[in-house]
Amino acid sequence: MHTRDCDHISGVSFPSIGEAGRTGDWRTARPVIDSEKCIPVRRGRPSCFQCWLYCPEAVIKRTIPVAIDLEYCKGCGICAEVCPAGAITMVDESSLAQPGKETQ
Amino acid sequence: MTSKTPGHMQIITGNYAAALAAMLSRVQVVAAYPITPQSPATEALARFVESGALNAEYVRVESEHSALAVCIAASTVGARTFTASSANGLAYMHEQIHWAAGARLPIVLACVNRAVGAPWSVLNDQHDSVSQRDTGWIQLYARDSQEILDTIIQAYRIAEAVYAPTMVCYDGYILSHTVMPVEVPCQKDVDRFLPSYKPHTSLDPAAPCNLNLVTLSNPREDAQGVLCHAYMELRYLLHEALENSLDTIVQVDREFGDIFGRSYGGTHWGYCLEDAEVVLMAMGSLASEATVAADRLREEGHRAGVLGLRVYRPFPRRQLVEALQHARLVVVFDKNVSYGYEGATCSDLKAALYTQGVRLPVHNYIVGLGGRDVKARELVDAAQRSARWVEEGRLEKPAEWLNCHI
Repeated sequence: MHTRDCDHISGVSFPSIGEAGRTGDWRTARPVIDSEKCIPVRRGRPSCFQCWLYCPEAVIKRTIPVAIDLEYCKGCGICAEVCPAGAITMVDESSLAQPGKETQ
Repeated sequence: MTSKTPGHMQIITGNYAAALAAMLSRVQVVAAYPITPQSPATEALARFVESGALNAEYVRVESEHSALAVCIAASTVGARTFTASSANGLAYMHEQIHWAAGARLPIVLACVNRAVGAPWSVLNDQHDSVSQRDTGWIQLYARDSQEILDTIIQAYRIAEAVYAPTMVCYDGYILSHTVMPVEVPCQKDVDRFLPSYKPHTSLDPAAPCNLNLVTLSNPREDAQGVLCHAYMELRYLLHEALENSLDTIVQVDREFGDIFGRSYGGTHWGYCLEDAEVVLMAMGSLASEATVAADRLREEGHRAGVLGLRVYRPFPRRQLVEALQHARLVVVFDKNVSYGYEGATCSDLKAALYTQGVRLPVHNYIVGLGGRDVKARELVDAAQRSARWVEEGRLEKPAEWLNCHI
């Protein structure tokens, strides 16, 4: 196991999913979306998406329903803060049976 | 041996020689902040750019820190860069000096050696560059205007071969403001000696990357499963590059000699060293002064010689020990001091001798701080005092501050 084979002489990385590791492991609280309240779901057409806009990790997809990639969501809670409908709740990971790997 | 077109002689200062060398090296970006005694070098470069003689971007900045930051950015995207500074200006660059080395950017910096404040002094000693020793830069010291010009051109070849930034150091005023004849090589020959710069990593919007990122304490696989360096591995590579650069420095100096007919001994130069029992060691113009002292010592019955240290980092330990094989006493003159111990080159030489199992008296004199004049006679007297000390069978001689009226 030698790092010389990576063939770099200075620190360099290339943007790709998972480059910084599975950052979802860092999460202590998981964003859980209540579809009853989520605006795009309620309206049935693309709208709002404030969670997608503000997510600093770009792990939220502009889909209906809105999807969060929990492999890389660090659980910062910004989405829950900015949601105008109060549709996102941060739930303590320890209270969940399986620390999520699935996409919610 | 290859033919060269004769250069033309000019009577110029060390600073002007440095500026000409940067121009001949076809630097593409110059960023510098004026400080005495460096200013005339960068003023000359500004004139070259303004007149169109040099096709480069001259970036005016508000500080030395920014000057080197500009060079770092430009060097990263593949431009050959030059900057220069002195004393407190160099100290103000310190954080970026580390960065340039860690990022493996072959920037060339002329350090016009000046005493560091406080208290203020605009005059010469070598404390400014010596205290940048552990930043990962190659350090070369020049003796005269010709050597300044030639060494800067060589520095680009060396730096770009090993991807380590290189500092070319020359004594403020003594060399920077003293005029002497210099053969300025013709551009065609310099181009032959110095190919264009190829960056080790290039920024390309089509293939984005994150440079000099946060590294963790242990290596880890990237998203493609390739095991990548952590901090320690990258620092080892820098260390290895500097160690290996000794061979490059010697080779580049030799090739320079083949084309231009001038070379400087690679890692060090000697004067009457072959049979010398008393060896005076120093860097820069001080080592030139020591050759006058060696002549007088010979007249007075001592087999004296001079070891001029050209490369301070990497420290050429094997070459120096080899050069000292006939020595019975080494007298090291340092225009710097590591407070609470002794002169820096003295410590390094002692460590080199110890490592090679050589037991040899090495005496240290701290000289010329803040522009205090160093006369050849004083070097002679010091060497004679040291010779007597050894003859009397006395052991450790603490570092002595020469001509210090305390």
